[in-house]
Amino acid sequence: MKILVTIKRVTDYEAKLQIDSSGNKIKLDGVNMIANPFDEIAVEEALRLKEKHDGEVCVLSIGTADATQQIRAAMAMGADRGILVKTDNPLDCTALSQVIAHVAGEEKPDLVFMGKQAIDDDSHQVAEMVAERMGAPQATQAYKVSVEGDWVTVVREADGGLETVSVKMPCVVTSDLRLNEPRYASLPGIMKAKKKPLDERELSTLGLSIKQSMTIQKLELPPTKTTGEMVPDVQTLVSKLHDVEKVL
Amino acid sequence: MSQVHLIVAEYDSNHLKKACLSAITAAQKVGGTCHGLVLGKGVKHFADAFAKYVDTVHYAEHDALEHRLAQPDAKVIADVAKSAGATHVWAAATVNGKDVMPRVAVRLEAAMASDISSVVNEKTYQRPMWAGDITGTVELHTPVQVITVRPTEFAPAEQKAAGQIQSVSVDPGDVQMKFVGFDEVKSERPELTEASIVVSGGRGVKSPEGFKKLIEPLADHLNAAIGASRAVCDAGWVPNDWQVGQTGKVVAPKLYFAIGISGAIQHVAGMKGSKCIVAINKDPEAPIFQVADYGLVGDAATLVPELIEKLKAL
Ligand SMILES: Cc1cc2nc3c(=O)[nH]c(=O)nc-3n(C[C@H](O)[C@H](O)[C@H](O)COP(=O)(O)OP(=O)(O)OC[C@H]3O[C@@H](n4cnc5c(N)ncnc54)[C@H](O)[C@@H]3O)c2cc1C
Ligand SMILES: Nc1ncnc2c1ncn2[C@@H]1O[C@H](COP(=O)(O)O)[C@@H](O)[C@H]1O
Repeated sequence: MKILVTIKRVTDYEAKLQIDSSGNKIKLDGVNMIANPFDEIAVEEALRLKEKHDGEVCVLSIGTADATQQIRAAMAMGADRGILVKTDNPLDCTALSQVIAHVAGEEKPDLVFMGKQAIDDDSHQVAEMVAERMGAPQATQAYKVSVEGDWVTVVREADGGLETVSVKMPCVVTSDLRLNEPRYASLPGIMKAKKKPLDERELSTLGLSIKQSMTIQKLELPPTKTTGEMVPDVQTLVSKLHDVEKVL
Repeated sequence: MSQVHLIVAEYDSNHLKKACLSAITAAQKVGGTCHGLVLGKGVKHFADAFAKYVDTVHYAEHDALEHRLAQPDAKVIADVAKSAGATHVWAAATVNGKDVMPRVAVRLEAAMASDISSVVNEKTYQRPMWAGDITGTVELHTPVQVITVRPTEFAPAEQKAAGQIQSVSVDPGDVQMKFVGFDEVKSERPELTEASIVVSGGRGVKSPEGFKKLIEPLADHLNAAIGASRAVCDAGWVPNDWQVGQTGKVVAPKLYFAIGISGAIQHVAGMKGSKCIVAINKDPEAPIFQVADYGLVGDAATLVPELIEKLKAL
């Protein structure tokens, strides 16, 4: 089975963020960058599927040349090869989905494994857009994944409980947090990763007419809350909630 | 040019969800005509209910629409949007809304804004990014737009004179997905995203038993919903569906208790809109105290039972 996994390079979730002078970008100097945690989970699940059903795991990232770090890290975990589509201008979700669907069209994977959301823009759009462009079914927010014949059965984290759906391959599946715990790369894995094929291409060579249809006008730090008060004991807390806030 | 809105309804087994009424409010902020869409099988009563909030409800009934499968749903939503001449297609940013609306956007060649927290004008919106650390203002440049709405940021729409209902013909297209089953988390408690009081527990309640002994009785006494941190959901102490935060549910009750929760930004992202936040934590330096209206330092195992006693005495 052939699996294409997408990886976005994002700011570390522990980073303290600042907005640069343009007012619509995050200052990236000195900020630690990581693979989107959901994408790491997707890589892990793809590797487990490969271990069970054979095949190949190819990882794809779209971004600056630095994203090779995240691709190599996925290869060190066990992915077989990588593709980087290089662009210095960040793309919006519509454009990203065009690029990913284009690569999927060339690679013809059985399964495109993505993250349910990127923890920087929190858009939760790209995977579903890719599925629609491929004319493929989707199973998002996966909690459990199993494959039988042409069908992938996924238990999803839905509102109000766990939903099970079956989707026919080729399909798009997105990972939720509890799907698995990604493995650490071993030292031999890291050594091997250096020699695995990584195909770097310029976005402009794909022959796509990319239309950016969304612009970020402004980024702002939300107003900080005027700090509340510490209460000395339970009685004071209850009186405040009852008499001052009137929420009881 | 006047705007035409199509708002997708969402319902569970017996009621329209408040979340989709919030999406109507967001559409009303742009202004124009509001159409509603109810999709499903044998759910005409939800079309009747939804008609009390919008000018026209399109009712799409088909066997293929019985369960919320993204593939047929997206096609039908996009088809109705086209025939209604919609300039804006809206849904709540629930699991279903997030699942289907990006596909609708592709079908309509529309740009999309997710999980918006406010409407600036007919093509500009604000939305939380980076786990709510940053608020972004985004502008969409396509003639048709798709928007999902963070329900806690918009009050549910008010009822008005009932609009008309139109049945629409449905072509679900090719569908390569099947619904298999739904394992519902049954609860007598109010729904987490709709409750006026939420009691949440974190790793500081120590164990599943701790959750039962501290969080449940407090929630029972207050008729509150129960929430949890990711750590507690991951550990399997409580259902995943209870997770509050960036990657879980967003809640904004009038009263929120964070008990034994450190206050990581990813958790705070899901509850900082609450009107009154109470934090109980044994660590006086815990970040949760920075967002709390009232903080109490100490051991939850003794403070929570005392709190329940004092509440009973009110
Ligand atoms: C991509 C990503 C997404 C995430 N999404 C979410 C999300 O949606 N929601 C979420 O909640 N988290 C999320 N997290 C995890 C988040 O970063 C924190 O790890 C998590 O919220 C911590 O849970 P906690 O507060 O229960 O545990 P801890 O951080 O371990 O805190 C436990 C707290 O309990 C206190 N305590 C201990 N004993 C007692 C006692 N006896 N009495 C009182 N207090 C006590 C401690 O002082 C401490 O503050 C996400 C993380 C990542 C990387
Ligand atoms: N620049 C990118 N390169 C590769 N994959 C991406 C990129 N941006 C988004 N994705 C994929 O799309 C998923 C959802 O992202 P989003 O819709 O932005 O929340 C992510 O988890 C990634 O798997």
